[in-house]
Amino acid sequence: MKRVLEAQLDKYFNPQTTAEIKVIEGTHAASHAAKLARVKTISAYPITPQTSIVELLSEMCASGDLEAQFIKVESEHSAMACLIGAEATGARSFTATSSQGLLLMHEVLHWAAAARLPIVMVNVNRALAPPWNIWTDQTDSLAQRDTGWIQFYAESNQEVLDTILMAYRLGEQVMLPVMINMDAFFLSHTAEPVAIPKQNLVDEFLPAYRPEFTLDVNDPRAFGGLTKPDRYMEFRYNIQKAMETAARLIPTVAEEYDYLIGRHHGTQVEEYRTEDAEYLLVTSGTITGTTRIVVDQFRDQGVPLGLLKIRTFRPFPDQAIRNAVAHVKKIGVIDRNISFGSGGIFFNEIKAAIYNAKVHPLLNGYVAGLGGRDVTPSVITDIAEHLIKSKQGKDLIWIGVKK
Amino acid sequence: MIEIRMHGRGGQGAVVACKILASALFKEGKFSQSFPAFGVERRGAPVMAFIRVDNKPIHLRTEIYEPDHLIILDPTLLQTIDVTRGLKPEGTVLINSPFPGEHFELSKKFTVATVDASKIAVRHRLGSRSIPIVNTAILGAFSRLTGVVGLEALVKALRESVPIHPEENAAATRDAYRELFVANTVQAQE
Repeated sequence: MKRVLEAQLDKYFNPQTTAEIKVIEGTHAASHAAKLARVKTISAYPITPQTSIVELLSEMCASGDLEAQFIKVESEHSAMACLIGAEATGARSFTATSSQGLLLMHEVLHWAAAARLPIVMVNVNRALAPPWNIWTDQTDSLAQRDTGWIQFYAESNQEVLDTILMAYRLGEQVMLPVMINMDAFFLSHTAEPVAIPKQNLVDEFLPAYRPEFTLDVNDPRAFGGLTKPDRYMEFRYNIQKAMETAARLIPTVAEEYDYLIGRHHGTQVEEYRTEDAEYLLVTSGTITGTTRIVVDQFRDQGVPLGLLKIRTFRPFPDQAIRNAVAHVKKIGVIDRNISFGSGGIFFNEIKAAIYNAKVHPLLNGYVAGLGGRDVTPSVITDIAEHLIKSKQGKDLIWIGVKK
Repeated sequence: MIEIRMHGRGGQGAVVACKILASALFKEGKFSQSFPAFGVERRGAPVMAFIRVDNKPIHLRTEIYEPDHLIILDPTLLQTIDVTRGLKPEGTVLINSPFPGEHFELSKKFTVATVDASKIAVRHRLGSRSIPIVNTAILGAFSRLTGVVGLEALVKALRESVPIHPEENAAATRDAYRELFVANTVQAQE
């Protein structure tokens, strides 16, 4: 029995590429990833439920385990401004934030992307106030939609660690910053086994950061100066092109990671039991894991239900979604976020993506689990049953709102 | 999959105990997941923490509503909250108490076991006499009661996890393993 279990664990954690398996929270999985990426600058301001990410990093810096500058600042706006300076000198940099802290960064988020600085940041998805709430909700990061940051959403602590390493590899190729999102508490404060890959393999996957242009006192240059209408638009065109390149590179980076480290979490999307599926649930974040269980239960009863997990919100996986929906009859999108006056944010993006597709399945938008309300297998079962019975698509269906 | 819910008060170490348990279960080759009831806990306020263990990767990402086992760090919680809510009929309850399990009303419905984890913690000078830290002791009793986790894996995991006094904590865990009382049965054998 023990040997069978060990074989299972080996298959999951790949002992050849693993230095150590630790039972750790999502926050500490993020800290270990930043250390493995050999970041040179960290700047952050504490906020629940992010704080333990940078707490551990500050301990690593203090003990000498990580040779990096840890810069304490008085706000999240300053943290990002600090990293913009650091990254411009060619120093690989990292920060983490959440909720109100991310919103305070908003202005400089645009700057980091348009200055083409591949900073990597972890955002712990937490609801916005008022009323105060520290639990999970994606509206904080989705409100940064147009900043030019690549955005990933993770389902497990292992995916958080692996995605941070892939984020540096990807961001530094296309010169765009990357935000990795994890659900407050459901990942950030949940301890589970996480494989820490061997440093030499990570070094092979992620070579040192060497940008083409850097801030250098011995070779002074000016960046981001006044640009007239005859030049400005091309800068925006180039950011969009970089996003399109990122979309093409994500599968390659995932394959390279799989080749060296031996784990694959999907490309821009991951399809789960979509073979001959007639009904499809679309999810992101930790709702995905719970939905896998519900999909298995429906499949056991012979109901052709599948799951499409969205890993990147920017660039948005339009083509992958068109491919995934080509053969399904009905789609239900589960959003743990809301755009007031419209509806679920992933839902709206998916609706737009399939407008130019050849087929148009029935499409329902479900909003559930705001402010950390638990989305249990029974909630997801209700959604799936509602979807299967639906005769006509509906843009916004609230799940579990109390009267 | 086995699901465990631990009830304690802020400061008693329920969250740390669950992490140690998750780590010990992983050492035994199982997949485990531990997390606190997500809140803003204050010292002395009722808190909960959870553990899941399975032979395959755990995808479920919700709180635990129907546990297989309960661990109660402070028996006064029985008077203020419905600790057995959702507990499976065949579920077991482990209470930190100097009294035998029959002392508790809920022993009529569930298997109730007790261990005087407070006394054991004081014996090993864990915490203070008025507020002993009972989290590591109770784990030893849990191992004996349920067999879900082995004592040696627990001791190994807690040596790696507790910030101070690893030997005293390990000794408390071993003592609690020996000193478990199970209701309606004779005192647990050596």
